[in-house]
Amino acid sequence: MKALSLHNLEKTYDNGHRALKGISLDVEEGDFFALLGPNGAGKSTTLGIVCSLVRKTAGKASIFGVDIDEDFARAKQLMGVVPQEFNFSVFEKVEDIVLTAAGYQGIREKDARPRTERLLRDLGLWEKRHQQARMLSGGMKRRLMIARALVHNPKLLILDEPTAGVDIELRRSMWTFMQEINRQGVTIILTTHYLEEAESLCRNIAIIDQGEIIKNTSMKSLLTELNSETFVLDLTSPLEKAPELDEFSCRLVDAATLEVEIMKGQSISELFRVLNKAGIEVLSLRNKANRLEELFVSLVDKTAASDFSAENTTDSKAGAA
Amino acid sequence: MRIRLYWVAFTTIVVKEVRRFTRIWVQTLLPPAITMALYFIIFGNLIGSRIGEMDGYNYMQFIMPGLIMMSVITNSYTNVVSSFFSSKFQHSIEEILVSPVPSWVILSGYVLGGVTRGLMVGFMVTLLALFFTEVTVHNIFVTIAVVLLTAILFAIGGFINALFAQKFDDIAIIPTFVLTPLTYLGGVFYSIHLLPDFWQGVSQFNPILYMVNTFRYGILGVSDINHWVALGAICLFIAVFFSLALWLLERGRGIRQ
Repeated sequence: MKALSLHNLEKTYDNGHRALKGISLDVEEGDFFALLGPNGAGKSTTLGIVCSLVRKTAGKASIFGVDIDEDFARAKQLMGVVPQEFNFSVFEKVEDIVLTAAGYQGIREKDARPRTERLLRDLGLWEKRHQQARMLSGGMKRRLMIARALVHNPKLLILDEPTAGVDIELRRSMWTFMQEINRQGVTIILTTHYLEEAESLCRNIAIIDQGEIIKNTSMKSLLTELNSETFVLDLTSPLEKAPELDEFSCRLVDAATLEVEIMKGQSISELFRVLNKAGIEVLSLRNKANRLEELFVSLVDKTAASDFSAENTTDSKAGAA
Repeated sequence: MRIRLYWVAFTTIVVKEVRRFTRIWVQTLLPPAITMALYFIIFGNLIGSRIGEMDGYNYMQFIMPGLIMMSVITNSYTNVVSSFFSSKFQHSIEEILVSPVPSWVILSGYVLGGVTRGLMVGFMVTLLALFFTEVTVHNIFVTIAVVLLTAILFAIGGFINALFAQKFDDIAIIPTFVLTPLTYLGGVFYSIHLLPDFWQGVSQFNPILYMVNTFRYGILGVSDINHWVALGAICLFIAVFFSLALWLLERGRGIRQ
């Protein structure tokens, strides 16, 4: 069963901006799916159409087989949405915000109370339940939106940058919570700018850029496309210049820090062997960037470059005419 | 199943609205009570005693129905326009938009919220009036019908204003430049028979005149206009405005991209 299915989805805003150029996408039930893309790529427009905040220009969308054009109300009952921006009344009490959301889903207050309590406890908000939402920290407000989105037990949870502006400790606890929800059978679609987050949580991924899906595959197979990785090595003794290693290209960041690019097929053991031979001892090693980040940048750069050359071609033709 | 969903969603919106205006009662309930008490003291008591009778009633009794109606109109309108616009401004309206609540339930919920505040303030002003004059009811049906229908009509008006509003100034324009002048010129403080013929004719185009006079008929039994025509016209306006608000909401005017 497909949790979400998009077919040739298009959106052109009133100002003529074509935000989506006919995207098609399937998300399987139970998946933890990442929808990535640079700012303005069309992620939020796509999710906005799915949850009815944006009106589509053309195409089809269905949630668990329910076509949004035929029965949007039923489709909306199947999903919970955590938007990018805080979108609750900051003067309402924490508990009231969640109970009100349950009411909008047709759940009576007495039936919603036990689940509200459990969610607020799980998300560390129970002690704050009588406080106005404006008194909460940024991280608490994000967790409040997650509690609100889950109060009606949705089968699909849409998380639009749920950890933006959240400190690392809290972010990791939210990851654990999301993974647990996913284990319980809730399909999750996540957009994020923290690519480490997408890499650790998601099994499948789509990358959207300039209103088009430029990649849609499993996280595993995407990562195998990575041609090279850059590692940063902290050295025990400083060097005067970068060593010349036969099979690896490297540069000295500072006297005691070396940056080495390892191509696909090369092993770290081999790198250590070469470094040992050159008399260089390594204190510690880390990735310069997250692996997915390197891929993401290369994919998005590629699209931008091809668009740029296409534009130049068009411009030069126009100039000739 | 759907009916239950709609009913729960409807009551949720109404409860939320009532909770909102009672939470900020110092801004919503207290000011009209103070303003109306001043009207009763200054216009009714101090000046009114020198004016004498109007349409067979002392001036305090004459202005009392108009002042109650003025409170109902202003508060029904203001509640919906400020609440719905704030929801738009804070994006909390998205909570409802992403839920399975149909547009007519959203509209009805906000309207009932506005009507509740309008009637609550109207009731408070009536209680205040008891300190200054005797309150009698000439026709209970007309009294209840006109106050209820007027509150509904202006609550819908507030909703339409909020849909179009893009900044806070936009929700103050209609109440300040349209509602207040129409209310003051709608026969709250005088009978239109005191006006020259030309201005009597012009006054016939003021819809608030019909509401105030029909309410005055319900309370005192005197009116400048036919109250059945007025009730029919209010019902017609409600139907037109409700349909318009629903159409705008369905199209996502001001709330969906």
